[in-house]
Amino acid sequence: MVGEIAQHAAMIVHGEAWTVKELFTLPNEYIYWSIQIVMYPYMTGLVAGAFVLSSLYHVFGIEKLKEIARFSLVFSFALLPVAMMPLMLHLQQPFRGIHVMMTPHFTSAIAAFGFVFSTYACIVATELWLVYRKYFVQTAVALKAQNNRSAIDSFRMLMFTALTLGAWDISDEAVKKDHKACKTMAGIGIPVACFLHGYAGFIFGSVKANALWMTPLMPVIFICSAVVSGVALCILCYVIVQEIRKFMAKRKIARWANDPTAPTIEELEGAKHEEVMISSNYLMYFMIAALTLEILDLIFRGYTQVKSWDILREVIMERDFTKIFIMQYGLGNILPFLIMVLPGRTVRRTTIATVLVLFGVFMMRYNVVIGGQAFSLSFSGFMDYTLPIIPHDLETFKEGLFGAMTVAATPFVLFFFINKVMPAFLKEEESTH
Amino acid sequence: MERREFLQKSILVIVGASVPLSALTMIDPKKVFAENPDIQWAFLVDTNKCVGCGFCVKACKTENDVPFEANVSRTWVERYVYTKDDKRYVDSPKAAQDGFTESRIDLGRGEYQEIDKANVGKAFFVPKLCNHCSSPACTQVCPVGATYKTDDGVVLVDRTWCIGCGYCIMACPYGARFFHPIAKVADKCTFCYHRLSKGLDSACVNACPFKARRMGNIHDKNDPITQLIMNERVGVLKDEFGTKPQAFYIGLAQEVR
Repeated sequence: MVGEIAQHAAMIVHGEAWTVKELFTLPNEYIYWSIQIVMYPYMTGLVAGAFVLSSLYHVFGIEKLKEIARFSLVFSFALLPVAMMPLMLHLQQPFRGIHVMMTPHFTSAIAAFGFVFSTYACIVATELWLVYRKYFVQTAVALKAQNNRSAIDSFRMLMFTALTLGAWDISDEAVKKDHKACKTMAGIGIPVACFLHGYAGFIFGSVKANALWMTPLMPVIFICSAVVSGVALCILCYVIVQEIRKFMAKRKIARWANDPTAPTIEELEGAKHEEVMISSNYLMYFMIAALTLEILDLIFRGYTQVKSWDILREVIMERDFTKIFIMQYGLGNILPFLIMVLPGRTVRRTTIATVLVLFGVFMMRYNVVIGGQAFSLSFSGFMDYTLPIIPHDLETFKEGLFGAMTVAATPFVLFFFINKVMPAFLKEEESTH
Repeated sequence: MERREFLQKSILVIVGASVPLSALTMIDPKKVFAENPDIQWAFLVDTNKCVGCGFCVKACKTENDVPFEANVSRTWVERYVYTKDDKRYVDSPKAAQDGFTESRIDLGRGEYQEIDKANVGKAFFVPKLCNHCSSPACTQVCPVGATYKTDDGVVLVDRTWCIGCGYCIMACPYGARFFHPIAKVADKCTFCYHRLSKGLDSACVNACPFKARRMGNIHDKNDPITQLIMNERVGVLKDEFGTKPQAFYIGLAQEVR
């Protein structure tokens, strides 16, 4: 019996579990790229966007963004490994994933991903090191000066000593050099971040077989929406973390809260307000750019009416109308824009708007990835996607609700640990930048 | 050593080394492993002769170990029915592995459409398979080079190297690729390369009772199939993608995509 079930399960073709076919679809057509491929551009977008926000301070010297910039940089580092995760979860042969790095086939848009991604990771890591070097040195020196160290402190001392990479000089001159190098790295980082994500757009935009994906605008649309989602997530997390800090300062829960130099609740509130207001202005600029390009693409398709338009129109205007026009454009773009643009903007209103924006960008990825597979190559049939919720095997777990949630939750777990080593909120005298 | 001397010696070493190096050639596995590079395989489908028996699909699945229970196939047959009131119906139930034994049209989602026989304007069958394109989109997008075109014109997949990303499946405009339910890698028609290399016909060609499916060497002008392709009015599927398909169709209707 068990053998029979196993045999039957083996006969379920990849994609069959969540695809409902309607009218005439080719026998081999299924929704092969499911929720994890929705998560992939979403997560890389968040990485790139968070980095762009941090660069606004480092490169363009927008002083008022200093605190949120450092936070975004650390957060971007926490998001980095997660950009790889959905790809690995979606591969049919995950153990061969490394082949992409070992035997890259450069005519493929995916092949360069490993290299672009690693370059980008190196840039973010270098920049972080430059920002936190002074802190590493100070911490290591302070720990060395302690006489009876606990096991944990000894471990921390070793770790921070290693993290200094032997560069112990924290004279003003050396720190100034760090600052300059940091600016250069951030400057290189912006085009690389845009490339990383624009290129995720290219992966889709270059698939000529897919009538919905194939447009040269795709990389640009992806970059703009990436920055939108990244900035929105940073604002949201920044507000949440500041709220937690406020709570801890009030109740004096954290160690730092008992320190006489600790920021008061009013200081925390004041800093938060200003940083959120300025960042949300940038959020709106990028939202306008993203929306303009998306609508341009739609209008162009509707106006030129090439062969594929009949089926695309049915998918966009009828079958996916709620997902595209109500959830993505309405709830995810127009509503948050109105919330932010109406006079008397507050932090609370902006925070609500960022949640909606994040949802909107997610829906955009969903509508591109799943929507692109919603119609048959024969243009005579449709495929419906149903997200597997309760997993009944590994595949429906990986490419189901729980798989996606795992991916979405990981950056926060990583941030918790990275924040222990590179605290996103430093007191002025400890920080270099 | 002086700079002048150093430069002179360096040039000498470079020139000296480049002579034996130039004797080496880059080995192209496509060329080495192709059974016969003088051959260029092409497929010819005569849609007028196809009756939709599905023997080809059955033979293919048996020959190439694609399970009958799995709803994917390396080759399939489509049925087109045009009614007199200007409606068009297409279906290919279970890739037509059991032939078209029922007259009702499969609309998916378990729904069927009965068509009044008196209302049928025209109807025909179209067998489909991988087009083994001259400039295939699928091999271009493979991130690890696991799928490639042999020098004799057949597109193959290396099952030991495919990572299962599905990019080739997305890139194929013909829906010829799928994930093999057991091997868990991308799979597709190979023109029965293992048979061709032994001088045999591919399984589907062998199974077709009406010679609707045939194969030939398009580089050989005297090959009967090449003659047919040269002399008949043949078409290819979706030429707008620029993939240069090598499966030619006699009697191809415009609506067949």
